[in-house]
Amino acid sequence: MNYVDLFRATLPETALEIAALLVLVFDLGFLRKAATNIRMEVAAMVGVVGCAAAIGAVFAAGWDGLSNGRYPLLAAGGPVAVAQIAILFLTALTLLLLIDSEFTRNPGEYVSVVLMAAAGGMIISAAQDLLVIFVGLELLSLGLYILTAFAKKSGNSAEAALKYYLFGGMSAAFLLFGFSYLYGLSGSTYLPRVIFGANNAASHGGSPLLVIALIMIAAGLGFKVAAVPFHFWAPDTYEGAPAPAAAFIASVSKVASFALLISIGHAALRYLQILIELWQRSGHTHAAHSVTVVGNAQPTAATMSVFYGWSLILVILSVASMVFGNLAALAQSSVRRLLAYSAIAHAGYILLGLAFMFWPNRMSQAVLYYAVTYGLTTIGAFGVVGVVERATGSDKLDSFLGLQKRNPLLAAVLLVLFLSLAGIPPLIGFWAKFNLFAAVLSMSGGGMRMGGGLLPLALVALAIAMSAVSLYYYLQVLKRAFVMPEADDTPIKAHPVTMAVLIAIAAAVVVLGCFPALLQSWIASFYA
Amino acid sequence: MTWTITISFAGALLAALLPKDKPVLARWFALAVAVAGLALAVAGYAAGFGQGRQVFVDALWVPSMGIHFLLAADGISRVLVLLTGIASVSGILFSWNVDLRTNQFFAFYLALIGGVYGVFLSGDLFLLFVFYEIAIVPKYFLIAIWGSTRREYGAMKLALYSFVGSAMVLIGLLAAYVTAGAHSTTLAALASAGLPVSFQMWCFPLVFVGFGILAGMWPFHTWAPTGHVAAPTAASMLLAGVVMKLGAYGCLRVGIGLFPHGLDPWGVSFLGIGSWRDVFAWLAVIGIVYGALVALAQTDFKFVIGYSSVSHMGFVLLGLMTLNQIGVDGAVLQMFSHGIIAGLLFAIVGRVVYDRTHTRQFAELEPMHLSRRLPFAAWTFVFAGIASMGLPGFSGFVAELQILVGAWRANPIWTVVSGVGIVVGVAYTWRALQKAFFSDKLPTAHELEAEQHHKLPPITWPEYAGVALLGACTLIVGLYPSILLDQIEPAVKTLLAGGAQ
Repeated sequence: MNYVDLFRATLPETALEIAALLVLVFDLGFLRKAATNIRMEVAAMVGVVGCAAAIGAVFAAGWDGLSNGRYPLLAAGGPVAVAQIAILFLTALTLLLLIDSEFTRNPGEYVSVVLMAAAGGMIISAAQDLLVIFVGLELLSLGLYILTAFAKKSGNSAEAALKYYLFGGMSAAFLLFGFSYLYGLSGSTYLPRVIFGANNAASHGGSPLLVIALIMIAAGLGFKVAAVPFHFWAPDTYEGAPAPAAAFIASVSKVASFALLISIGHAALRYLQILIELWQRSGHTHAAHSVTVVGNAQPTAATMSVFYGWSLILVILSVASMVFGNLAALAQSSVRRLLAYSAIAHAGYILLGLAFMFWPNRMSQAVLYYAVTYGLTTIGAFGVVGVVERATGSDKLDSFLGLQKRNPLLAAVLLVLFLSLAGIPPLIGFWAKFNLFAAVLSMSGGGMRMGGGLLPLALVALAIAMSAVSLYYYLQVLKRAFVMPEADDTPIKAHPVTMAVLIAIAAAVVVLGCFPALLQSWIASFYA
Repeated sequence: MTWTITISFAGALLAALLPKDKPVLARWFALAVAVAGLALAVAGYAAGFGQGRQVFVDALWVPSMGIHFLLAADGISRVLVLLTGIASVSGILFSWNVDLRTNQFFAFYLALIGGVYGVFLSGDLFLLFVFYEIAIVPKYFLIAIWGSTRREYGAMKLALYSFVGSAMVLIGLLAAYVTAGAHSTTLAALASAGLPVSFQMWCFPLVFVGFGILAGMWPFHTWAPTGHVAAPTAASMLLAGVVMKLGAYGCLRVGIGLFPHGLDPWGVSFLGIGSWRDVFAWLAVIGIVYGALVALAQTDFKFVIGYSSVSHMGFVLLGLMTLNQIGVDGAVLQMFSHGIIAGLLFAIVGRVVYDRTHTRQFAELEPMHLSRRLPFAAWTFVFAGIASMGLPGFSGFVAELQILVGAWRANPIWTVVSGVGIVVGVAYTWRALQKAFFSDKLPTAHELEAEQHHKLPPITWPEYAGVALLGACTLIVGLYPSILLDQIEPAVKTLLAGGAQ
């Protein structure tokens, strides 16, 4: 590996870092004495330009990734490219939402931390090596802790950040410890080799170690995606962080974490493919299996323990998140906490998809579609919440009373976004769910036999049932906005850029929902 | 005919953008859109005689999954689209006095109509489901914002029950799609996919109950009385008249059409129940009798009509479960007939009586002597009540007769028990008639004096027009049922024959 290769492969991250430095230079160097809102606008604009440049860099960097000569460190193309472009686009949107905010007088530092955290997210999406994963994860997480604490005048913000930091630090410790066990079992840090080696060692008697390692890694990664029972940080963080930061946490870090889980799933499946090839070469007659049939065949403990164990852990996390997230959201009176619990529930749906990665391309496309569109909708939701908070002073359900009279356009955007989150057609949230559930069901025993497919069917039925429950709490917010009489009918004004962003997001939700093939074929084009 | 969908949704969007303080503009605009829809429905219906199944639009929507944007209509769909057209126009006529946020009212109303048109015209299961779910949200807002008794509770209950029902349908849809090989979601493709009998055995009841919840099948009907009573007049007319038919249509088109072997006998029989057909037929019969008996005990005028809707929908479901030509013909005809009659009944109770007297309680209506003060309402209710009871000359008679004949051929006991329901139906209609309009007591001097002070507003032209429209429809179909049956019969024949495979 030479440094030219390194530079080329990490061009997008480099673009982000340069943008971060430029923001600091402009803000602290030239605009120190300017009004806060001018500094906000300049910083946000530079950040958005940086993200756009990074998107260009993703294409310029090519699809070869980065290798250290023996094995790849960073992948590119396919799910990685989709995730990276989505991260950059969503980051740009959260920066645009920054323009109207008043929570900080240090916009330059805020934007540069956002960009650096986004770079961490990009690294995670592409990483193929345990240590690179950890580096990216820490870069992302440390940035997020700082962003949560940025509203210095708010005690909530500091409290949320401390909880997030302590919890996150502990999860990172668990993750690293799990990684160390995997290294011990396999002797390598390259993902497919780790899985191969760990499985070999496990089948020769080291399986308790493997189980512990998987559970610890699940703890670490479950924290990132806010899966139950590692979700405790989410409600407080979503409540305390300033709205643009909460939007960033809810969208970008989720997309990055799910991209990481996709990489792990791909790696596990590649291990299975290697195994089957080895069987075929060694002349096993019953190993004329194609990968598709592997999904239907009965797994034997020795050969499938990693894959099976990991899937089982993901299924448990998914069920717990779906059930708990939706039920807990029913009781919330603060819209931010409601969004946090609904985020936990949506993470549950996505984890269900990740647990059944038998056809990696199909499933990872469905998962990415869901994560990206969910991130888009959530940014919009936090944008609306931010506007209402600034106008009324709180994010409780009652501050949304009579929104259709105070700002009809904002109420219409809220209607579209929340119905999309609830999964009502023809909006994008419905298609994301349908696509994901159809992919899960076709993974397993698709075709005339449904016997092997009973578990996925039951899980999908549970997911749909929980989704029906979720309509209740989304309607609660919409009820305040449209049905109940207003407590105060002064109009709510929003900054034109914020409104433009929110309307654009709502329009995208409707249009992409009516024509789902658009986004789906765009994602598929990266896999070709 | 498929332009009905487009103009309804376009109308909804434009209505939302109309200025808030000009209700007149909103009303006339909505009426224009609905009348245009009705004209298209009538034209499409007339053009459909002897046509069989027509395919209007077939575009690949999501090619990678085989989902088609397929709009097609056979005789059953055309009849129901016609019903929607008539119900939508009359609903708007009876909402002429809505003054609060009128543009939003008609926006939600037209969106609901668009969704309903879409369900009846869909030839692809995914598309049908999309339109089915689109219809849920406008219902919630119509009831919650413009409704009356316990409107927020009624609206939320209706929305959640409908959503749970559609969730069950979604599970069935996904399972059927995957089991059929994940090639296509068109109804024709799924019907000919040869789904295994064991699969159909569990998928059929799931989908049937899912749609049945919206059709008011006992015991999942409890959303209906609360929801209908809470809803504003036009929404009640639509809900009972058309939206409940969405559920019945789904039961027929999707449940029976795609999973016909789900109705096969199980081989074992328990107390005379040996198949899902028996189960759902008995639930329908119980619904008929239960709805009628509970209607008999109500003290609120609108609740009587609400429970009578549950009872009449029981007839529809019974007709579907007879699985013979005449029974299913009767079921579809009853869908049309009850849609018109229920619309008329809710219009009288809601718009003509309640908006003037501000009460629906019999105890308060009795002393008002409405037969003298509102003769139009009284005699229109006599007309509608007779139609509802199923007297010959009106559409209800033909439909119920066909259903009962079909039920007799399938299992005579069903007919006997349903007959009880018909008799009770007469009882609760007469009771409501007497208590609300024709009370025996003579007015006291005090009441006469109060009447002089509180004169009831006169009947307006939209009410006359609406009553004329609905009344004419039920009479025409009652006197000349072939106008509908000529299209229904071939469509039902094809559908039942497809199930015989």
